[in-house]
Amino acid sequence: MSTHGEVPQENSQPKPGDKMKTTTTPHSLADLASARVVKAPGTQPIGSGLEARGVHAWFGKKHALKDVTLDFAAGTVTALIGPSGCGKSTFLRTLNRMHEFIPTAALAGEVLLGGKDIYAAGTDVTKIRLRIGMVFQKPNPFPSMTIGQNVLSGIKLAQLKVSNTKELMEECLVRAGLWEEVKDRLGEHASALSGGQQQRLCIARSLAVRPEVLLMDEPCSALDPGSTFRIEQTISELSRTMTIVIVTHNMQQAARVSDYSAFMLSDGGPGELVEVAPTNELFSRPRDKRTEDYVTGRFG
Amino acid sequence: MSNLDQVKPGMPWLPTRKERSQKALSFLLSVLASVVLLFTTGLNGKLGWVIAFFISYVSISFITEYRRAGIPAAQDSLLTSISRFAIFLAIIPIVSILATVISKGWRGLHWGLFTQDMSQATVNDSIETGGMLAAILGTFIMVGLALIFTLPISILTALYLTEIKGKFAGLIRFLVQAMSGVPSIVAGLFILSSIVYPITQSFSGLMGALALSILMIPTVARTAEEVLLLIPNDLREAGLALGATQWRTVAMVVVPAVKSGLVTAIILGVARIIGETAPLILVTGGGDATNFNPVSGPMGSIPFYVWKAFLLGGSEESSYRTWAGILVLLVWVLILFMAARLISSRTRKR
Repeated sequence: MSTHGEVPQENSQPKPGDKMKTTTTPHSLADLASARVVKAPGTQPIGSGLEARGVHAWFGKKHALKDVTLDFAAGTVTALIGPSGCGKSTFLRTLNRMHEFIPTAALAGEVLLGGKDIYAAGTDVTKIRLRIGMVFQKPNPFPSMTIGQNVLSGIKLAQLKVSNTKELMEECLVRAGLWEEVKDRLGEHASALSGGQQQRLCIARSLAVRPEVLLMDEPCSALDPGSTFRIEQTISELSRTMTIVIVTHNMQQAARVSDYSAFMLSDGGPGELVEVAPTNELFSRPRDKRTEDYVTGRFG
Repeated sequence: MSNLDQVKPGMPWLPTRKERSQKALSFLLSVLASVVLLFTTGLNGKLGWVIAFFISYVSISFITEYRRAGIPAAQDSLLTSISRFAIFLAIIPIVSILATVISKGWRGLHWGLFTQDMSQATVNDSIETGGMLAAILGTFIMVGLALIFTLPISILTALYLTEIKGKFAGLIRFLVQAMSGVPSIVAGLFILSSIVYPITQSFSGLMGALALSILMIPTVARTAEEVLLLIPNDLREAGLALGATQWRTVAMVVVPAVKSGLVTAIILGVARIIGETAPLILVTGGGDATNFNPVSGPMGSIPFYVWKAFLLGGSEESSYRTWAGILVLLVWVLILFMAARLISSRTRKR
């Protein structure tokens, strides 16, 4: 794992200087993406891949998502990009069965985790969500718990048995890049943290139950550039051991953090998958005209 | 930059001395104008003066604001003065009730009130004999029992409405709202006709507690539902996305987040029923003797004590008794409301 994981990751990790460059030169998206070395699927030793097979989603009569088939290879980061309302978040929520919490929601298709359909009859949905974690757009730490309790909340909520909770807490906070900032204030309430710290706390919280897949729904949209940078670093670290799917509106972020990018679009009807490709290919030579228009900023 | 040490914190947004004196002047002017109005028009008495003052204050501040900053500012001042006046009107009855109860009730207060009951005394006896022990005890027992019955039912109802959102949520919400409008005497009659006459055939504190529960459940359930609705859905989703069942999410995330709101709901429910009189007259038997047993024998209560002293009395002593009973009841209600406010404000600060 270490030999494969480190070489490309270290090269591709954005430095603060890189970020400045990307924000000042608009044509560097492709350069930025090609700076990453694409990982071949299936070479990561930890984590299961996730496969969506012909997924449709409805809200009442409204067809929101049409026939999305997309593979997320184990150990890769996939960015879902596209304009608002194209069904990215809806699709993400079908991947760990959060879609069904919306009243009137309906679904067709299969989502395979380790080869098994998570929507199959008799599936324990809580176990599925333990294996496929989620980070939300708005930081949502539990207000009644302290920082430390928030990290371990998943263990308590799912009634898992963990022998050394202190080590686990530290490990998760370290992996989420928050440990140094909060190690002396684990007993404080989570609301005392800044927005960026709260979001990293939410990432640490979702890591504690050791998911194989992590879904992130625009995790940086409410954050400042500094916190965004920290979270992107965290994503790069995490992708060594798990499969990550990230919805983002920020194409530079997609170029910086992802191995694969999927472009989704809605022409007023249901959202569809237009194109999926290794990120550097999608940004440098998109096959579809609509993708090209979007990534070059001609619309959206 | 060199005199950085001399910078003092200030509040430049506060009104200047000139503005304040202008405000005081217009206030004085309106007092004067109201007195003039009182003598020149048909208005008289305290109420007449209040109306005259209202008219003159509103118009004078309207004119001064108009001259200062035009129509928008004048409209603003109009609304401000009208709402100030509305507050004043709302406070009058509250202050008046408190003042009357305290001024008339304190004469009936004595230590024996809390150590003796009315089994050896009639309402017209000297205020020194007899007391409210049976009444206070009865109220506590019945409210406590009502609380025990109400708490699980109403909180679970609220959770059904907000968390489970079952098929019958709409119907149940409607019924709970309709129930909160049930007149208290109907609750009493319901227990009387459905339990006391056909089953127990005797009055007791338990029957009173049941009647009070009917009144308390909708209050607590509706308040609890409202505080649960304030919890952002993100929080529930966060719990569920961590692989928790719905029950674990509700118990560990949702309920702890609204703990103070639920406590407030309970206190409001208790305050709602602590002064209920009609159902207790119907089903408790209204005992004068101290009775610890809620399932047998008549049980007194503070509202019943007040009602009886008022109804059977006629002497000065019974009047003191009545007012002292009202005072004790009022103090309890005030304590409960203050506790509710304290709890909710403390948790909001955190």
